[in-house]
Amino acid sequence: MQSFLKTGKLGSGSGAGPSGEKSSAKGQKRGNKPTPWVEKYRPRTVEDVVEQGDVVAVLRQCLSGADLPNLLLYGPPGTGKTSTILAAARQLFGDMFRDRILELNASDERGIQVIRDKVKSFAQLSASGVRPDGKPCPAFKIVILDEADSMTHAAQAALRRTMEKQTRTTRFCLVCNYVSRIIEPLTSRCTKFRFKPLGEEKVVERLELISREENVNIGKEALHTLIEASGGDLRRAITCLQSCARLKGKDSSSAINNDDVVEVMGIVPNRWIDGLMSVCEEFDYYKLTEYLDRFIMEGYSAGQLLEQLHLKILMTDTISDKQKATICDKLAVCSHRLQEGASEYLQMADLCCTIMLCLRQ
Amino acid sequence: MSLWVDRYRPKSLGVLDYHKEQASQLKNLVKQGDFPHLLVYGPSGAGKKTRVTCLLRELYGPSVEKLRMESVSITTPSGKKLDVKTISSNYHIEVNPSDAGIYDRCVVMELVKNAAQTHQLDPSGQRDFKVVVLTEVDSLSVDAQHALRRTMEKYVATCRLILISNSTSRVIPAIRSRCLGVRVAAPTSDQIVSILQMVCKKEGLTLPLELAKKIVDKSERNLRLALLMCESCKVQETPLQDKQEPILPQWQVFLRETARTIMHEQSPKQLMEVRGRLYELLCHNIPIQMIFKGLLKELVSNCDMRLKAAVVEEAAFFEHRVHQGNKGIFHLEAFVAKFMCIYKKFMEDSVIDMF
Repeated sequence: MQSFLKTGKLGSGSGAGPSGEKSSAKGQKRGNKPTPWVEKYRPRTVEDVVEQGDVVAVLRQCLSGADLPNLLLYGPPGTGKTSTILAAARQLFGDMFRDRILELNASDERGIQVIRDKVKSFAQLSASGVRPDGKPCPAFKIVILDEADSMTHAAQAALRRTMEKQTRTTRFCLVCNYVSRIIEPLTSRCTKFRFKPLGEEKVVERLELISREENVNIGKEALHTLIEASGGDLRRAITCLQSCARLKGKDSSSAINNDDVVEVMGIVPNRWIDGLMSVCEEFDYYKLTEYLDRFIMEGYSAGQLLEQLHLKILMTDTISDKQKATICDKLAVCSHRLQEGASEYLQMADLCCTIMLCLRQ
Repeated sequence: MSLWVDRYRPKSLGVLDYHKEQASQLKNLVKQGDFPHLLVYGPSGAGKKTRVTCLLRELYGPSVEKLRMESVSITTPSGKKLDVKTISSNYHIEVNPSDAGIYDRCVVMELVKNAAQTHQLDPSGQRDFKVVVLTEVDSLSVDAQHALRRTMEKYVATCRLILISNSTSRVIPAIRSRCLGVRVAAPTSDQIVSILQMVCKKEGLTLPLELAKKIVDKSERNLRLALLMCESCKVQETPLQDKQEPILPQWQVFLRETARTIMHEQSPKQLMEVRGRLYELLCHNIPIQMIFKGLLKELVSNCDMRLKAAVVEEAAFFEHRVHQGNKGIFHLEAFVAKFMCIYKKFMEDSVIDMF
């Protein structure tokens, strides 16, 4: 959804036509089209960006006239990488924002051909140092490559020379989750900034602000669960908050409680995890299969269970390190198999049998 | 004359038999302007599809039930022509993309694009978006899921997706995070009993509690299966009797016998015989996952805990292999051979221990 709006803004980007048209048509029909809160509360200026001191400092200098280096922003999802660069670009270029930015969402346009045609031709255009109204503005364009870690190596390699040749007119900003997937020659051409997962207080602050603005009634405990489950991913937290609010209805008086959050996030409730561990301790295969059947009937996701079980096992003191190692080894194998489409029941049974035997030793 | 399953399917969110709170939440969702993409998940026979149809009715009114079957032909990039069956009304289109096998990606892209690019003709229509319902999302290839992710964003203004799947484990996180998850848990045994009794009452029959409980046990909390069994009981004997036995599907009986053959003797000759039986099952389109689960359930019954763990481990290993290759029989047979090997060794060891 978020990227859709990005492409919508882009206008010149590929295939944005239908969505762009439609959203304007929609705008006429309904005065205030409901927007996702993630978009509504996206930071507008660089100063608004939560935490991330270093990169903000650099961008601020650039805003006051200094040169901008090529940037490589990396960090876990939902920490504000894309928001930061978009906010900065908007401040730099003002109304000319659309003409000066080429944003490529690498998840679909990742081929070498796109780099050769689109990026290169965009980079070759020169940009003037004054705005139409006479004010000065930086004489370069910015190419934002979002999700750059899913670009093929060939495409990344094609970018190398382009990046150097066009420094006079173009700056590149690569945004990715895993810096290790970007090839060395590219990383050495960019200034790297790591985005830290957001601290709990900051997330609380932000969520409280939003719930005040939107008139959402959320309990303290529920908020805590929400933040814990989102693990520093602000986007996920906000999306979840909005989903909860939607389900509750606008004019409902009841507050969003813990169960709502758990349901919307798709988390397996803790009692199921504890139950599983105690069943494993009992060393009874039939109880185990019965428990697993019930678990699957409830419709919870096995993948999610594995993730939560992993945390639980790490945090349990009564299990020795060696046992933990054996269990985690199996956990990794099962998780991998699940991803490839293996049966949930069999994988969970396998894992639980391993845990049983391990706990017996 | 339609089956009970179809005749007594609830038509609107208000009259659903269980998960009422969720139904009212869905109602709230419809009332508000912004309707998100939905991901409906839960075990089979829990009522996912029923809920989705109710939801569509809530969105567009009763005219959404005027369905028509269409066959859309799609050309893949490689020039191959595909025919895909769709069910659609004026407001929504429903398709099972996994019918198209490895070309599911094209199906997803084409259909969603087609649905999204045509605007609603009637400007007074209640909604300015159409709904595309995709079933069995968990068997979509990863490629198709990535394509979906992009289409979901691009056409969000004109169409909403409702994805139906059995489990979210196989749905990539990027899609999960873009959808509002709706978990549909299987009904509890009591709920099934009361629904069965209600249906029978409407049919003018009395359902003995004893029989109802038997049906529920056999159905493994699958409401559709329970209703079908109930109806077949009625065909077998009316009025319904207390001591009547619900009929199990033939293949389950066959599978149980197969397991017994494996337990009976472990030799290459026996393996050949088992192979014949496995082929028979596969020929009748029984899903391999079910065969593995059924076999495992029967095979471990005679083992001690350590052996059970070993067998389960092998089952998990070989079942995973099935998804990597495309010839299921190899892996099924490998599992049977491995089991025979482990089991025989165990038996021999225990005989030695005795002396």
